[in-house]
Amino acid sequence: MTKDTNSTHHNEFEKAEHKDEMKHQVISFAMMIIFTIAAFAVVATDAIGKYFTIPIILLLALVQVIFQLYYFMHLKNKGHEMPALMIYGGIAVAFMTILTFTTIIWW
Amino acid sequence: MSNEDILNPKQMPREPEKATLEGKNKFIGFWFFLGGETVLFASLFGTFLALRNSTAGGPGTEELFGLELVFIMTMLLLTSSLTSVYAMYHMKNNDFGKMQVWLGVTVALGLAFLGGELYEFNHYIHEYEFTFRSSALGSSFYTLVGFHGGHVLFGLLWIVTLMVRNAKRGLNLYNAPKFYIASLYWHFIDVVWVFIFTVVYLMGKVG
Repeated sequence: MTKDTNSTHHNEFEKAEHKDEMKHQVISFAMMIIFTIAAFAVVATDAIGKYFTIPIILLLALVQVIFQLYYFMHLKNKGHEMPALMIYGGIAVAFMTILTFTTIIWW
Repeated sequence: MSNEDILNPKQMPREPEKATLEGKNKFIGFWFFLGGETVLFASLFGTFLALRNSTAGGPGTEELFGLELVFIMTMLLLTSSLTSVYAMYHMKNNDFGKMQVWLGVTVALGLAFLGGELYEFNHYIHEYEFTFRSSALGSSFYTLVGFHGGHVLFGLLWIVTLMVRNAKRGLNLYNAPKFYIASLYWHFIDVVWVFIFTVVYLMGKVG
């Protein structure tokens, strides 16, 4: 009997925890939508000139991807040290790949 | 306790995707794969960036791209990312029915995205005669965006297969990691798309 009550409490605690995480994810979704609209608006209205537009939309994309990785893909949660290593390793090599391709290979 | 009981708990453990050794292995292995995918897409992005002005006298990116359809497609894919988050939320609460519903919504949004992409390619080919063979821009554009579209198609088939295969079986610790990893893949597709709409379409429109 006591065991059952405990398990219900435990269950409710976990459910509340999941709900809390879901709330954060919905907020990050809203942020991602805002970043997307901002990026499209900057380009469509040509509000800030050619030279500033590209760095700003790249920055918006970067921030949005960080939200996606940390909240949607749970990289912020415990036990994600290995995944972080893998993805940052991938990003480091990706960066060098893009650098090489745009400067040496396809000129 | 038989193996069957262990795999079918009354309530899901804290992290159902990592409750078994197989789940843990899938989790680590899949992130390893995503690291590799990042580099693979980077090579396609690098190629596109280097060749995006090589139009060989054909239409350039500024002339080709329209932002309306890309915006709609972006919203569809972004929303499908959220719906797969909802599916995982219900997985953690051991609510198989709702998880299936949200996965279904994810698949529908993914299909709509693919439809938009097919329409777009068709439009370029028939209105502008802009094909894979038109120019270096054409080759790199269709390779990059098409490869992403291929990933979307694969992700859809993957999720549908999981949904059909487990429809009668319900949720347990054997298939929870499978669902979780499919949703990770789906998020990764969205991550790649964020860079595609920024680097290919928005930067292409800026010139």
